[in-house]
Amino acid sequence: MSLLEIKGLHAEVGGHEILKGLDLTVNAGELHSIMGPNGSGKSTLAQVLARRESYHVTAGTVTFNGKDLLAMKTEEAACEGIFMAFQYPVEIPGIGNAHFLRSALNAIRKYRGIDELDAIDFLPLFRERLTLLDMDEKLMSRSVNEGFSGGEKKRNEILQMSVLEPKLAILDETDSGLDIDALRIVAQGVNAMRDPNRAIVVVTHYQRLLNYVVPDCVHVLVDGRIVRSGGPELAMELEERGYGGYEAESKHTAPATA
Amino acid sequence: MSSSTDKIRDLAQQDYKWGFVTEIEAEHVPRGLNEEIVRLISAMKREPEFMLQWRLKAYRHWESLQQAQAEPKWAQIHYGPIDYQNIVYYSAPKRKPELKSLSELDPEILRTYEKLGIPLAEQKQLAGVAVDAVFDSVSVATTFKERLAEAGIVFCSFSEAVEKHPELVRKYLGSVVPHTDNFFAALNAAVFSDGSFVYVPKGVRCPLELSTYFRINAAETGQFERTLIVADEGSYVSYLEGCTAPIRDNNQLHAAVVELVALDNAQIKYSTVQNWYPGDKQGRGGIYNFVTKRGKCAGVNSRISWTQVETGSAITWKYPGCILQGDNSVGEFYSVALTNNYQQADTGTKMIHIGKNTRSTIVSKGISAGHGQNTYRGMVKIQKGATGARNYTQCDSLLIGDQCGAHTFPYIEVKNASAHMEHEASTSKIGEDQLFYLRQRGLKQEDAVSMIVSGFCKQVFRELPMEFAVEAQKLLGVSLEGSVG
Repeated sequence: MSLLEIKGLHAEVGGHEILKGLDLTVNAGELHSIMGPNGSGKSTLAQVLARRESYHVTAGTVTFNGKDLLAMKTEEAACEGIFMAFQYPVEIPGIGNAHFLRSALNAIRKYRGIDELDAIDFLPLFRERLTLLDMDEKLMSRSVNEGFSGGEKKRNEILQMSVLEPKLAILDETDSGLDIDALRIVAQGVNAMRDPNRAIVVVTHYQRLLNYVVPDCVHVLVDGRIVRSGGPELAMELEERGYGGYEAESKHTAPATA
Repeated sequence: MSSSTDKIRDLAQQDYKWGFVTEIEAEHVPRGLNEEIVRLISAMKREPEFMLQWRLKAYRHWESLQQAQAEPKWAQIHYGPIDYQNIVYYSAPKRKPELKSLSELDPEILRTYEKLGIPLAEQKQLAGVAVDAVFDSVSVATTFKERLAEAGIVFCSFSEAVEKHPELVRKYLGSVVPHTDNFFAALNAAVFSDGSFVYVPKGVRCPLELSTYFRINAAETGQFERTLIVADEGSYVSYLEGCTAPIRDNNQLHAAVVELVALDNAQIKYSTVQNWYPGDKQGRGGIYNFVTKRGKCAGVNSRISWTQVETGSAITWKYPGCILQGDNSVGEFYSVALTNNYQQADTGTKMIHIGKNTRSTIVSKGISAGHGQNTYRGMVKIQKGATGARNYTQCDSLLIGDQCGAHTFPYIEVKNASAHMEHEASTSKIGEDQLFYLRQRGLKQEDAVSMIVSGFCKQVFRELPMEFAVEAQKLLGVSLEGSVG
């Protein structure tokens, strides 16, 4: 059984239909990359999977780990094992990063019926992951994302992912705005998360992150549907060819919307 | 967007958990207010003549204000006329004339405090906190008295202070808030029934947190307590008050007065967690909280800090202030005020700089949810002689939902050109993006709101004594539960 199975997904936000019949299957242990031009629906897909309420699903099904994902609220989906690394991580003034992360971990553990971790048990786990991402411990006593640089925010997302250990991690343009060193550290964090029991979906514009994180499958998303799927070589091809050809193609092959 | 607004609205709809009534026998004075009632209260309390005369003077002043219709109307609050003749001004639990130990206290009252989480029985007392429990108008128990007495500290009910330390009461009563201060202060001076009294002698650092827990129980009764704290030279005391009341359909009046006096090099830290019944979701019932609190930094290098967490009451009208008379004295005001449903709060502070190099800090955090209206009203006054005075003011408002309001009225009056004044203000809304972020990490909606709000209030919470910071945080969470759902 696949970890994630999306069939005929239609979704709209603010009255505009963005996803127009998307199909995608992701198995545990795999890393998929979703690529596509601006406005093609990449971020919408990520938000729908994270169950953001302002994104309305109008048709289709999504099965996650054998359960109906579309019946879940945001926090349920999170506790079932879906994690989204945000394109624009949000600031929460006055709440310490470490405190926030422990609260999140405990919310998930509680949902799964596992004992909550106290601050003392949490610390070693947390320190280990910090080292992996080359993050300064001082950042952890600061408020969540407040005053963080762009690169620090993105690394903080990967840190959260590595502590929360999701079954399915969705990285929404995590590579945007990163310098080459930060990109490498983020990639290292993502690679360390690869596991036979976990799937990772990397949403990106560019091929450059894929130099460091080698995907099992690459999908091209254009105008709300996946128009082509292939191996890592597809990303290279896109880098050379661009999305132009696919956009023209999608107009002709669009299914009847009636 | 609309769904998140609905949820935010729902979070504001949590029931009041302290709304039970205790069945006990009580003695009342007849309803209404006149000179006879004032005499009766004084007589029931077996007060010395000077107290009766003090009350009568206050009553006559209040009556003249009442006739001149001088009840203050400048605050950003709306309520129907208060019928001052329809209030019972004194209610006390019936008891044996002389209470030798806690075991003689009405067990119903003991149980009430247990339910509120304030155990008075000796074996269960909170470690490190001495409690004075005020039930309706009367102090019913004070814990850890002996231990405090060893250090020379007086911590007792106001009535006991009048009886045993009349010279201190006479010297300081009304010295910071005279009966002529305002309408509600005059009313309090005439009819106040009890309250707490603290005296910390020279050079003594009070080893315990002192705490008074106020409970209104009787129906149609006003509560008028008066607290007086005197910190003698070089002493230190930290004091906390908490308050709750049963659920009633009618509004009840609470008009308290607090006076603080800090002499040379003395420090007083005064914290309030106010959780009077706020009224129901339609805005029926709830306590009208008209309170006058002021501290006088009378001595050099003295310091007074007010920290308040105001989550209850239908109406809050409260401006704890500092008169910075001594040179180098410091005044601080840290406030969290939350209004939900139809609650209204008009609160802030007054910092009056008189001495040289006096400093004040004001940090006000207003949270509005439901149809709540929250107003910060502050005054910073730098007098002519206050050379080198400094003030820092920060007023932040947080809005939850789209039916509530936040207002800020800062007054600044500077008569000395050497003053440094800083003022910062901000208004923000709990964003859907913040909620989504926290929920995506697994937190429930209401825990997410709680977390955002407690982050917003952090600067104030860290000023509270440790034991109460956690309590205040929980209270805030409960007061908001259901406003997002």
